[in-house]
Amino acid sequence: MKLAFLDAFTGALDFIFNQREAQTGGVEVGGLGQVADLTLDHVEVSAIALTGSLAIAMPIGVWLGHRGRGELLAVAIGNAGRAVPELALIAFMVAFVGVGLVNVSIALLVLGIPPILTNSFVAIRQVDRDAVEAARGMGMSEPEIVGKVELPLAVPTLMSGVRTAAIAIVATATIAPLAGVVTLGDLILSRNVYGDDGVLAGAILVAVLALVVELALAGVQRLLTPRGVLLQRAPAAV
Amino acid sequence: MEQVASRESGAGEAVAVEFRDATKRYPGATDDAVRGLTLEVPAGEICVLVGPSGCGKTTAMRMVNRMVEITDGDILVGDRTVRERGPAELRREIGYVIQQIGLFPHRTIADNIATVPRLLGWERERIDARVDELLGVVGLEREIAERFPAQLSGGQQQRVGVARALAANPGVMLMDEPFGAVDPINRERLQNEFLRLQAELRKTILFVTHDIDEAIKMGDRIAILRQGGRLAQYATPAELLMAPGDDFVEDFVGADRALKRLALMRVSDIDLWEAPLAFPGQATSEVRAKLDGAEVPHPLVIDAERRPLGWMSDSDLAQATVPAQPDTRPDPVVELDDVMRDALSDLLQAETRYSPVVDPQGRLAGVLSVEIISEFLTSDEALVEEHPAPERPLAEAEEAG
Amino acid sequence: MNPGVAAHLPLAQGDDFFQERSDTGCVQENGFFCAQWAFENFDRYMSPLLEHIVLVSVSVFAGFAIAIGLAVLSHGRRWLVPPLLGLTGVLYTIPSLAFFILLLPITGFGRTTAIVALTAYTLQIIYRNVVAGLANVPAASKDAGRGMGMTDQQLLWRVELPLAVPELVAGLRIATVSTVAIATLAVFAGAGGLGDPLLKDITFRTNVIVAGGLAILLAIAFDALLVLAGRVASPWRKVRPV
Repeated sequence: MKLAFLDAFTGALDFIFNQREAQTGGVEVGGLGQVADLTLDHVEVSAIALTGSLAIAMPIGVWLGHRGRGELLAVAIGNAGRAVPELALIAFMVAFVGVGLVNVSIALLVLGIPPILTNSFVAIRQVDRDAVEAARGMGMSEPEIVGKVELPLAVPTLMSGVRTAAIAIVATATIAPLAGVVTLGDLILSRNVYGDDGVLAGAILVAVLALVVELALAGVQRLLTPRGVLLQRAPAAV
Repeated sequence: MEQVASRESGAGEAVAVEFRDATKRYPGATDDAVRGLTLEVPAGEICVLVGPSGCGKTTAMRMVNRMVEITDGDILVGDRTVRERGPAELRREIGYVIQQIGLFPHRTIADNIATVPRLLGWERERIDARVDELLGVVGLEREIAERFPAQLSGGQQQRVGVARALAANPGVMLMDEPFGAVDPINRERLQNEFLRLQAELRKTILFVTHDIDEAIKMGDRIAILRQGGRLAQYATPAELLMAPGDDFVEDFVGADRALKRLALMRVSDIDLWEAPLAFPGQATSEVRAKLDGAEVPHPLVIDAERRPLGWMSDSDLAQATVPAQPDTRPDPVVELDDVMRDALSDLLQAETRYSPVVDPQGRLAGVLSVEIISEFLTSDEALVEEHPAPERPLAEAEEAG
Repeated sequence: MNPGVAAHLPLAQGDDFFQERSDTGCVQENGFFCAQWAFENFDRYMSPLLEHIVLVSVSVFAGFAIAIGLAVLSHGRRWLVPPLLGLTGVLYTIPSLAFFILLLPITGFGRTTAIVALTAYTLQIIYRNVVAGLANVPAASKDAGRGMGMTDQQLLWRVELPLAVPELVAGLRIATVSTVAIATLAVFAGAGGLGDPLLKDITFRTNVIVAGGLAILLAIAFDALLVLAGRVASPWRKVRPV
């Protein structure tokens, strides 16, 4: 293994912290300011898509799971979502719909909805039927059952779906620049502007961002999981 | 039941199993699981380990094949200590049957049965032949060899479990509640078939159960264990029933131990009474003469082949000759081979005092009464000739040969 | 604002893929799907398709081998499972494009980089599924196996792993479908694949449909193949009590 790669990483780190002239000349690129801007853009785009996915997919998944219907559909959508290549999706958006934030957001929704839908469904289905029966027998209304019994017990699997969606969204937001939405991915995709250091810096930043998001969501999961459920082993995600 | 034709070499010979002060102590436990167990199981016999839940009987059994490691003391299988043998090698020479059976779901029945022979490296033909043979031995059709465990009923799976344990022809078998997971009807059938099998194979068997009735039925010797794996009594079933060692054993055996003894005996085991006999057409005066001092105060009419036709009533006696069809029917007619307990039950149910006993050809052998039975049970010489387990009377659903 | 928004070049080099297009009206107007163009130029997708198949096959196979190795390692050493899950989880979390780029300085441009990254991505799901499969082996079967004289190794390879095959196949299916999708990005590592034609002209609709469609069809094909393989490998699953 050549030690040259160490140079590459040093160069990338330098790019992150210090401004320099663009390969194409004229403007200054790099430095913490630009990095912060791009990161914020990336987070913004991802957050919009994640929120949207949650708002659409979770209620549907939870309700289907509660009623016990549509298992085939929920699982099929999950499988189909996995098969969609993100690059093809973005390309599709560019070719057929055009560039811009709205179109990119739609693409990100397409990637974020399946894991949340499937996992919400499975999470609710997996809740101990006896607990639900007992709740019904005690006179809880259906929405109360969902809110007080099923959802809390379903948190681990639910959150695991959210985490999967978040990672997929953050990852695809990296190629959003292909559709005209600037994110950290721009550093990777526009080598002629940012240079090799910039490209590597972009990769490092995206990776770190993804890990931070994952850890943050894991923390949220911990907070939301009721103590009693924490003591059990969390079921494996779909 | 088929004859076990082939004589497999080596491990086939049954050997004695001996516990010498065997102890099992789990780290951190307040009491020993098994303490100082000492007993010897003679080669070719069935020793039943029985006791209340948690008494250590299963632990003791599993110490023999080192599924549980001995803390103190020793266990010898055929004069060789188990502590100095490699566990895997030791286990391949000992048959192992557990309650949940534990068939491999992903292997066919044939593959399951062939497990140990494969581990021992037998040739293909030898294995195939052995599997075929064993299926017959345990009473299963050859066609199920290629099926999977999920396709078999509970009773069938149990039989496969036994076949699998017998595959390498071990001299010693360990059986942990092997018929426990089956319904009572099938369990009885399996027990009977297993005893028939043992009559031929004569393996040394350690059998664990919590059911004292099963222990009495299956065991040549019974070891009753207390909590903490301590031996309370080690005796043959008859000894156990007649002379329980202490209150614990007496409670465990049950208050009906006298009746339990009756299950161990056949009608042919005791001395029967004789009734005055009468033939159709005979002068009743002759019959009346016989009545004086007879053990049974009623005459029994028999035909030329000594088959009982019925009991003579007073009005019958008042006639000149003996009728061919007496007033009282001979039923219930008991057979010499019948289990004593069933005979008593018949007598009580029919509310008669006396019952003619016939041999397998239907000819009169004597008369049985409730009094004979109770006399026998209370007499001092009632140390019954102990039958080995495989030769004890079996309650049959259908008549076997 | 940031420079370089619209025009950009992918990192992959290659011949001019789509400079030649037949001059039919459909292509000029960039119609929804120009069947004639697609039919005439289909052979141009064959090489990327083949590359794609190779990338996916090698990566999933390598991931399968490594994950099984990890599972055997952590079998009987339960304390290893959480750290291994964590490690494979980190690999899974890093977005694939970033992963490719990060590997470039180490393994250079080309297939190796792509395969390393794709393999790493499959590890978590396969490992997790094998571990779950092993945990579901009936305890009675293990006890019986051990009691009959199987060593721990024999038990593992003859009883436990075969019984874990259904879960393993489920994990392989997920891993394979995901890998087919991610491998479209392998072009950024210089490894070709269906992402190559895609990127060459991202605005040409027919191109997007053919390349993207092939990727999706490939995923379906692999999935079906694995389902079949799973059935062959676990014949005892489809039987019902007689």
